[in-house]
Amino acid sequence: MKKIVKENLPALFRAIAAQQDLFLPIKTAGQTNFGLWTEEAEVDLETLKTVKSGKDMFFPQSETLYTCLKDDKKIYIKPEALQDRNFVAFGMKGCDVKGLEVLDRVFLADPVDTFYAARRKHGIIVAMACNEPETSCFCKVFGVDCAEPSADVAVWLTSTALCWKAQTEKGEALTATLTAAGLLEEATEADLHHVEGEKAVTRAIVEKLPYMNLSLEGWNGEALNEKFNSPLWEKLYKGCLACGTCTFVCPTCQCYDIKDYKTGTGVQRYRCWDSCMYSDFTMMAHGNNRTSQMQRYRQRFMHKLIYFPANNDGMYSCVGCGRCVEKCPSSLNIVKVIKAFAAEKTNEGGAR
Amino acid sequence: MQRLIDRAKELLADGTVVRVLGWKAGDMGYNPEPAMFDNAAELRNFVYDGFCGANLSKFMIEASKLEGKTLVFLKPCDTYSFNQLIKEHRVDRDKAYIIGVGCQGKLSMEKIKSMGVKAIESVSGADAFDAAEELTFETLYGEKTVAYKDAMLQRCHVCKGKEHMIYDELLGESKDTKDADRFAEVERIEAMSPEERFAFFQAELSKCIRCNACRNVCPACSCRKCIFDGTKYDSAQKANTTSFEEKMFHIIRAFHVAGRCTDCGECSRVCPQGIPLHLFNRKFIKDIETFYGEYQAGADTDSKGPLTSYTFDDVEPSIVAERG
Amino acid sequence: MCECNCHTNYTLDTLIPQVGIITDIRQETPDVKTFRVNAPEGGKLFEHMPGQCAMVCVPGVSEAMFSITSSPTNKEYQEFSIKRCGELTDVLHSMQVGDEITVRGPYGNNFPVETELKGKNLLFIAGGIGLAPLRSVINYVLDNRENYGTVDIVYGSRSADDLVQLKEIQEVWMKAEGVNVHLTIDRPQDGWDGHVGFVPAYVKELNMTTDKTVLICGPPIMIKFVLAGLLEMGFSKEQVYTTLELRMKCGIGKCGRCNIGSKYVCKDGPVFRFDEIDELPNEY
Repeated sequence: MKKIVKENLPALFRAIAAQQDLFLPIKTAGQTNFGLWTEEAEVDLETLKTVKSGKDMFFPQSETLYTCLKDDKKIYIKPEALQDRNFVAFGMKGCDVKGLEVLDRVFLADPVDTFYAARRKHGIIVAMACNEPETSCFCKVFGVDCAEPSADVAVWLTSTALCWKAQTEKGEALTATLTAAGLLEEATEADLHHVEGEKAVTRAIVEKLPYMNLSLEGWNGEALNEKFNSPLWEKLYKGCLACGTCTFVCPTCQCYDIKDYKTGTGVQRYRCWDSCMYSDFTMMAHGNNRTSQMQRYRQRFMHKLIYFPANNDGMYSCVGCGRCVEKCPSSLNIVKVIKAFAAEKTNEGGAR
Repeated sequence: MQRLIDRAKELLADGTVVRVLGWKAGDMGYNPEPAMFDNAAELRNFVYDGFCGANLSKFMIEASKLEGKTLVFLKPCDTYSFNQLIKEHRVDRDKAYIIGVGCQGKLSMEKIKSMGVKAIESVSGADAFDAAEELTFETLYGEKTVAYKDAMLQRCHVCKGKEHMIYDELLGESKDTKDADRFAEVERIEAMSPEERFAFFQAELSKCIRCNACRNVCPACSCRKCIFDGTKYDSAQKANTTSFEEKMFHIIRAFHVAGRCTDCGECSRVCPQGIPLHLFNRKFIKDIETFYGEYQAGADTDSKGPLTSYTFDDVEPSIVAERG
Repeated sequence: MCECNCHTNYTLDTLIPQVGIITDIRQETPDVKTFRVNAPEGGKLFEHMPGQCAMVCVPGVSEAMFSITSSPTNKEYQEFSIKRCGELTDVLHSMQVGDEITVRGPYGNNFPVETELKGKNLLFIAGGIGLAPLRSVINYVLDNRENYGTVDIVYGSRSADDLVQLKEIQEVWMKAEGVNVHLTIDRPQDGWDGHVGFVPAYVKELNMTTDKTVLICGPPIMIKFVLAGLLEMGFSKEQVYTTLELRMKCGIGKCGRCNIGSKYVCKDGPVFRFDEIDELPNEY
């Protein structure tokens, strides 16, 4: 394991940014999100959760796919260049990284989304262990160990230093460069001890989190129609404003729209995040198959908890980051959905 | 709170209403959700406390389309929105039985968290009609206390008052929570140089993720189809293709609700990025008051709005231009 | 610094279309035109299988999924029969031979012409523009006639003027060996001496033997009643295929809108067997 004393973090960031783009949590007008490092940026490693998960480093909210130019009747298509420069995503949390594994199942499945694939290929992820998790967190339910995130590099921020452990070839290469530059030094026994201590403390807190024992029993492919037809949805969706907050802060939501932007000289074909909560999500010239908010609300959770696992060897499209829990304007969320179905089950078995 | 549940049960039982629009307790003591209760049994989950900031007026648009009367609980500031919706023929007064509930200031989880309270397991002091001076939080990292006032939503600091503008009956005690000047923030921004002002809004609006929470929660945004949802324009509501688009979305929205916005503050409450969106609306309200005299949208159901009526005394456009 | 070749293979991304040139336009009915599309340098844009779809786009207007109505056995071009029903199709209908559009695809699965359908007696049932995807299969079958048994085609439309591909039906299909074509229109009409009546009723009247594999495409209401009729006649759902060309956007099962349960119409479909559809939640 390597380390760097806290005071030298700006030098570390400067050195990384000199070689490639560096994205990390930056505070702008009071809110922390992943952004491009600059000397002026206010780096914020203290905030537990960025508002957005950081998936936009790999799957931007809007990105141009190609530009169409017209010359009389002729059409010319100029595809957008793919990411061909390395970049470092510093400070993602265990849940965020797990979120990418979910996105990989979608975008790297045949036919590969080359835009995403190029970013995955060139992205080096330095994931930071959590300390002091929130009561909204439930990543352990989805098999994430937030005390020791799995990524190219895992880092721990202690009171005095950032401890650094390469976990992949990509991570080793970055570590070697930074060590050669004299930025990273060998961690001492005391540092290792400190990190182990931090891990133990965090894991102990995780055990106490209120959603820690959330049961996913019954959320599998066989229950598809039973869950789909449940009268509970009619109750659960009522407070939904049909906004896209949950989907846009979610590390695993990947639905997108494809649209044209007229530049004046041509047409830019771009894709942008879309939300299954939006009333026009499934609107097409010949009709709409999800016309009510109940149907749209149901779709989001059926997708995350049943459809996605059915298509992806049981992997859920939720990583327990708890962003929706914290951000929904109406305090609706996936936990409430899971709990409501569990309670229904208990009621059925009980007095009723 | 039990008073509200009991009264709701009575009104359901005697057939005055067929459903109840209120708040349902969440699983954490600080995350209630707007909810519809169809019978007395469901009311066991009813809650009303300091965390019930959601303005239920807009939900009445949908409830007005249902058979029978809906009992709705409205806080004093929510009644302005309801009146405005009546004025715009978006809700049906006859389909609503309004209990004006007392309000002692509603709480902001964002604010509470910004004061270093995290991993909350339980909270006390947030009682609706007997709010404590101090909120006490049991957290995974120890007990924390926060002054109730410091934890309030921004809008409660400029509270419009304890009076309900429309109701069938009243329940619960209110408290005056106003401790700031409504236009102080606007004046601070007006005093900025154009460059500073631009930088301020640039920083704030660049955070926008186009989730549309502000629009969807806004009682004044009641268009059946929002212009930003149209496919005919390049202004896709969810794309942040350019920073210009983000600004345009919020500025157009502010213009569209000008004169109709009651300053309910829901836009700022729901923004996941903490953008103080109310500032746009409040600037318009301030200007309207300057040019046309004092006016509070939603204070009644029949007065003409300053921007939808014309008098010979109206201010000349040139004055607006000069003042900038 | 980087030795990867990912910036050189970007044209492979399936979201990036090819330019297609319209080389022929046939007015089939008052609101349906068939567009022939070639690569600008000549030849076909891509190879496809019967039942597959492609995204047709007029840049700056819109893009939508259409079934490829020509058969893969046609080595020269692809064809799309397009009904005028919205913004994009309005513009397409105003286009001329020589105009360019963009096309991406082919997308989706196909009717199992090389597997389950091989050696089978086939019954095609189409209504209105629903003939478009089936025409690809029918011509594929006719061009590989020895691989299939008997062929029956039941095709109906609102009126005689709304029957698409009438010329091909009369000049090719009706003359082909071992092929029975049964046309019907909804209401009597001057100059029409064929059958009059709705497709589901006609199918029952024809009293087809149940030794056939059935391929249906048409308006949802027609499909519903045809299926019910077939089941009454003793067909099983395992014998009946249809195509659900609805709601697709990306075409590759990623954008998230065309799913019915865990199946994506654009990727797992558009062709489904009815016993498969039965297992899906009722959201189509």
